[in-house]
Amino acid sequence: MARNKRAIPEINAGSMADIAFLLLIFFLVTTTMDVDKGINRKLPAWDEEEQVDPPKLKQKNIFTVLVNSNDQLLVEDEYLSLDQLRRKAKEFIDNNGDGSCEYCRGLRNPESSVNPGKAIISLQNDRGTSYDMYIRVQNELVAAYTELRDELANRMYGKNFEDCGADAKKFIKEVYPQFLSEAEPLNLG
Amino acid sequence: MGHLVKKKKKELPPVSTASLPDIVFMLLFFFMVTTVMREVDLKVENTKPKATEIQKLERKSLVTYLYVGAPKSKYQSLVGTEPRVQLNDKFANISDVGPFVIEEREAINEAERPLMTVSIKADKRVKMGIITDIKQELRKAQALKINYSSTPAASADDIYKDY
Repeated sequence: MARNKRAIPEINAGSMADIAFLLLIFFLVTTTMDVDKGINRKLPAWDEEEQVDPPKLKQKNIFTVLVNSNDQLLVEDEYLSLDQLRRKAKEFIDNNGDGSCEYCRGLRNPESSVNPGKAIISLQNDRGTSYDMYIRVQNELVAAYTELRDELANRMYGKNFEDCGADAKKFIKEVYPQFLSEAEPLNLG
Repeated sequence: MGHLVKKKKKELPPVSTASLPDIVFMLLFFFMVTTVMREVDLKVENTKPKATEIQKLERKSLVTYLYVGAPKSKYQSLVGTEPRVQLNDKFANISDVGPFVIEEREAINEAERPLMTVSIKADKRVKMGIITDIKQELRKAQALKINYSSTPAASADDIYKDY
């Protein structure tokens, strides 16, 4: 009788921690923590037939940025270094030549864009441009828009664009829409 | 008196380690939930460019990755040194990008297909020619939402230097 009464010995849980550590280390090694980040862009839809009648744009509303195969910048027909690009782009977008943008604080230069809704940045690169340079230029141009949007958001709501509510964001996007067009690359060398 | 003597003899009980497995399991689950399994074996060089205007990619299940770069040295004898596209685990031609993206899109639930993003993970040393060709392929495949994968730069000056 006594034999039957004997309880089954408890399983030793002391090694549980070791097993769990082993699993933990396995997952640490096989997984990646890096969150994917990058510059979001939207490509234009593909058109089979050539555009018969391309929309007519005034030259003063286009901000041309050319990057050659030596990673040099030509902005509005003048040679520019990368750290000047952001300021130039901001001046161009915020210019407000016709005065229709009441939130802009531009210089109102008659030779530059009429208002942010019409201002288009045109980026053209060479096939030999390095990807690094291309991303830097893209980054600067996006940064120009971000800075303008942030400045407006701070003036109106006292916070950055990213922290604004959906309505405020929509409004600011209407004031400063992002027009960044990319032309087919050249092969100038 | 007997009472007092007994009390003095009592030692500090050892810290219980019974909850250690629970703590470790908690950590384990945290890592399992927050991380993603390394999906592909990178066969191309991949140093991402730096940028400041970056956005996080949400919803990993809707993201398709394209790797572009010069083949790593151990593959150079097979495929050469020119930058190549890597789709999943193998080298591919640029013309394979379109069908690959379409196939990936088919796998996504229909309602969410327009939200699909193609993340271009290109090495910063590649030239724009190959990137442009890929972009044309993506346009033809109607995969218009793209993301140029880059690493966050500390400040804008970080971007201007060594240019």
